[in-house]
Amino acid sequence: MHFKVTFLTISRHNLLGIRMIDVQHVTKRYGNATALDDVSFSINKGEIVAFLGPNGAGKTTTMRILTGFMPPTMGTVRIAGFDCLETPWEVKKHIGYLPETPPLYLELTVTEYLTFVGRIKRLSEDQLIERMDTIITQTGLADVRGRVIGHLSRGYRQRVGLAQALLHNPPVLILDEPTTGLDPNQIIEIRELIKSLAGSHTIILSTHLLAEATAICQRVIIIHRGRIVAVDTPEQLGAKLRESETLSLTVKQFDPDLLEALHHIPGVIRVSQGVTAHTYLLDTQMGRDIREELTQLVVSRNVGLLELKTQTLTLEDAFKVLTQTNTPSGPGISTPDGPH
Amino acid sequence: MTPVHTIVAKELRSAFVSPVVYVIAAIFLAIVGLLAYSAAANASNQAIRLMQIQNTYAQLNLNDMLFRPLFRSINLILMIILPLLTMRLFAEERKLRTFELLLTSPIGVNEIVSGKFMSVIIVYSGLLSLTSLIPITLSAYATFDWRPIYLGYVALFLQGALLISIGLFASALTENQIIAAFLSFGCILGLWMLGALGGIVGDTTIGHILSYLSFSEHYERLIRGLFNLKDILYYVSGIAFMWFAAHQAVDAYRWK
Repeated sequence: MHFKVTFLTISRHNLLGIRMIDVQHVTKRYGNATALDDVSFSINKGEIVAFLGPNGAGKTTTMRILTGFMPPTMGTVRIAGFDCLETPWEVKKHIGYLPETPPLYLELTVTEYLTFVGRIKRLSEDQLIERMDTIITQTGLADVRGRVIGHLSRGYRQRVGLAQALLHNPPVLILDEPTTGLDPNQIIEIRELIKSLAGSHTIILSTHLLAEATAICQRVIIIHRGRIVAVDTPEQLGAKLRESETLSLTVKQFDPDLLEALHHIPGVIRVSQGVTAHTYLLDTQMGRDIREELTQLVVSRNVGLLELKTQTLTLEDAFKVLTQTNTPSGPGISTPDGPH
Repeated sequence: MTPVHTIVAKELRSAFVSPVVYVIAAIFLAIVGLLAYSAAANASNQAIRLMQIQNTYAQLNLNDMLFRPLFRSINLILMIILPLLTMRLFAEERKLRTFELLLTSPIGVNEIVSGKFMSVIIVYSGLLSLTSLIPITLSAYATFDWRPIYLGYVALFLQGALLISIGLFASALTENQIIAAFLSFGCILGLWMLGALGGIVGDTTIGHILSYLSFSEHYERLIRGLFNLKDILYYVSGIAFMWFAAHQAVDAYRWK
């Protein structure tokens, strides 16, 4: 049994060769405090994955370990097949990293800064000239390329930071809260930019904005107090959290017998009164669509159907549920390896 | 461009856009100029007095009267201004978080440390070469032995490099530039005091070790025009040691 499992893992890795980020049992301690506790996950080529968690959950620590900036206390990290501790040089060539605070030299102009970055990323002069123009257009920095970074606004600085991470066209991008401090329009632009990089790049980004994770990511890793509490797609995460689906029904006239009648629809588990006497909440069995029978019943009783909607649990709810429970595993959703 | 060149170029660019370098250069050159002027004026006064007494041309040793005291004073000034030149090297990178960029780039810690060290050496060499105007101007009006002057400049260069390497190390320890400056003041002062302590302990093994560890006796010998490989070796090994310490400090930053 044991051998079978091992074989499967190896063959998947070798045949497809698509695991760009592979984190196995990583623990990080600062003195006595444990920042990361046995964290394992992997990200395939071309995926965009969000790292979600409250402040102090261990997002930045994980990212710093991924970049090779910081060694883990225990465990292994492989980027594009290279071990972070054994071959840090190769790892550094394969990643673009945008830290929480963009690492900018305020006294340099945008062009000077990007030239410097290109050179320490070991681009040749020709590559540098070519990439510089591409990246400046891509990140919308054309208007400010000659200006001193210290004089730029927060939004532009963030873009310069992003340009820095993208400059040497790395296959793996590690972005620590890439959209903080931007105005709504800029956020949309940056998100579009990140989305456009998917496929050719493997991207892991941290955020505490749930909307952001849903908007651009294929998978979400929820981390809380240094532990991974869930790994899944934004939609499935919500679905898995619910044992049942809830329908909300609002009628015009109050009918004392309706409550009883609703109970008799097959598939209904529980009926409860909503906010007003005219609203009913129906918990139904998973995968059983009772909306048709329900409307027929309501129409036949002639009470005036006003509204019928399914209540979906958003990622926001999932997040709250997962991070506030003391047991680290949510209801049946602790799969460190994702759905693949 | 090699990574070291890149770092040097960036450091020089950063150094010359900030007013710090200009202010330090102005203060340094003004003080050195004033000291040289007063030493020269003093020497010519004495020459005139001697001439009046002896009624012939006076023979004064400018090396003794001017250059050696001047080199001693420059050393004192360096002990104050060089920590100000080195304090920002790593402290600023840590504060601005650009350290993360450097340490996550395919560039070695040795290249970062060397680049930073060399950039300050270049600035310092520029300052030093400007002071060479003093002996050049004086040579038009007086004759003196050039050998102690050459060796004096070698001593100044090595002494400066040692102080810079101490500053480099101090800067790698903290993200506060002021603390970095005071740390290097402290180290330099301690090293200087070791020489005095060695003098007090006197002619014993411990005394010799203490005075060997301090730069005072090595510097003094060189500016007297005495070339001794031992003294050169002292500086080279001291610089190498501090460079290594800075390298370790930068590396250790990642493990915190």
